[in-house]
Amino acid sequence: MTSSERSTSTPLVSAGQIAPPFELRATPDQTVSLADFRGRPVVLVFYPADWSPVCGDQIGIYNEMAAEFAEYGAQVLGISVDGAWCHAAFRDARHIHFPLLADFEPKGDVSRRYGAYREKDGFSERALVVIDAAGVVRWSYLSPVGINPGADGIFAALDALTSEQRSQHADAAAGAATHE
Amino acid sequence: MSNATLNPPVGPQDHVQGAPHAPVTLVEYGDFECGHCGRAHPVVQELQRQLGDTLRFVYRSFPLNQAHPHAEHAAEAAESVAAHGGEDAFWEMHDLLFENQEALEDEDLLAYAASTGVDEQAVASDLASGAMATRVHQDFRSGVRSGVNGTPTFFVNGRRYDGDWTDVEAFAADLHALARATAAR
Repeated sequence: MTSSERSTSTPLVSAGQIAPPFELRATPDQTVSLADFRGRPVVLVFYPADWSPVCGDQIGIYNEMAAEFAEYGAQVLGISVDGAWCHAAFRDARHIHFPLLADFEPKGDVSRRYGAYREKDGFSERALVVIDAAGVVRWSYLSPVGINPGADGIFAALDALTSEQRSQHADAAAGAATHE
Repeated sequence: MSNATLNPPVGPQDHVQGAPHAPVTLVEYGDFECGHCGRAHPVVQELQRQLGDTLRFVYRSFPLNQAHPHAEHAAEAAESVAAHGGEDAFWEMHDLLFENQEALEDEDLLAYAASTGVDEQAVASDLASGAMATRVHQDFRSGVRSGVNGTPTFFVNGRRYDGDWTDVEAFAADLHALARATAAR
């Protein structure tokens, strides 16, 4: 996507940045914060709106991949400017198993802080952010708003995280061995 | 075309139709209960008609089980037919499923399997035991890794096709252009 097509004023968060903290409504009477998931990878899925008219839309596709995300212990969170009641109806209708967060008041505030808001349209970009267990952004991707990005990039990022953890464990084990 | 890349590439595990060394390979990730895939079926047939020997077609299953309660068994039944009746039977089953999307109960699946010449008891037994679930899931996982973003998702020579597949003439023109470019190389 060229810069002229972007309508957000700030660029999308990128690898190495601390993920901006947030607390958003997941249901009319329940909130979810990023800090709730410290200790495991989090996949943020910013998307324009609930109720897109195709079967197997972006949210629906990630929902079908629940078992694959679970293998990494990763928590998927959808974020759009739709209200909590709208999200609740959408989750029920499509059997969505992960939280959909309402970036509703102040509208688009979290999306904006992540650089994933389209000012002129008044809704979130189609953007993906993978955050590690310590709350650091490890990968992000801004998709052309009309194209569902799929999940290949997300899983490649989760793979990279996992192999890094493995080598750290191996280093720690090797360090422990030399002390003995 | 996007950066999303078919992973793994087309191999001996795949269901392949058309000339083995065709310059253009079209891979569809589909769901037998998905209405869009049902509408894509005649589009693929038209592409095959227009491209002839320059097109090789591959079908991989991507059942959206949360959205489509019959999709998994339909996909497993197609694999079972392939296992017991071979590739011709698989493609016959593939066509029957897309042409009869409104009737995909297990008894329907067994009747379609029988009409391809496969023993329906063998298919019934595979459905009951889940013998084909691993094979179907292998396709699904490959789709996750390849950037499947809905059903149907098409890959052309390994790259996801983000064009409008409902426009069959434009789709055919893209494939023709690729065939010419490959031939010129």
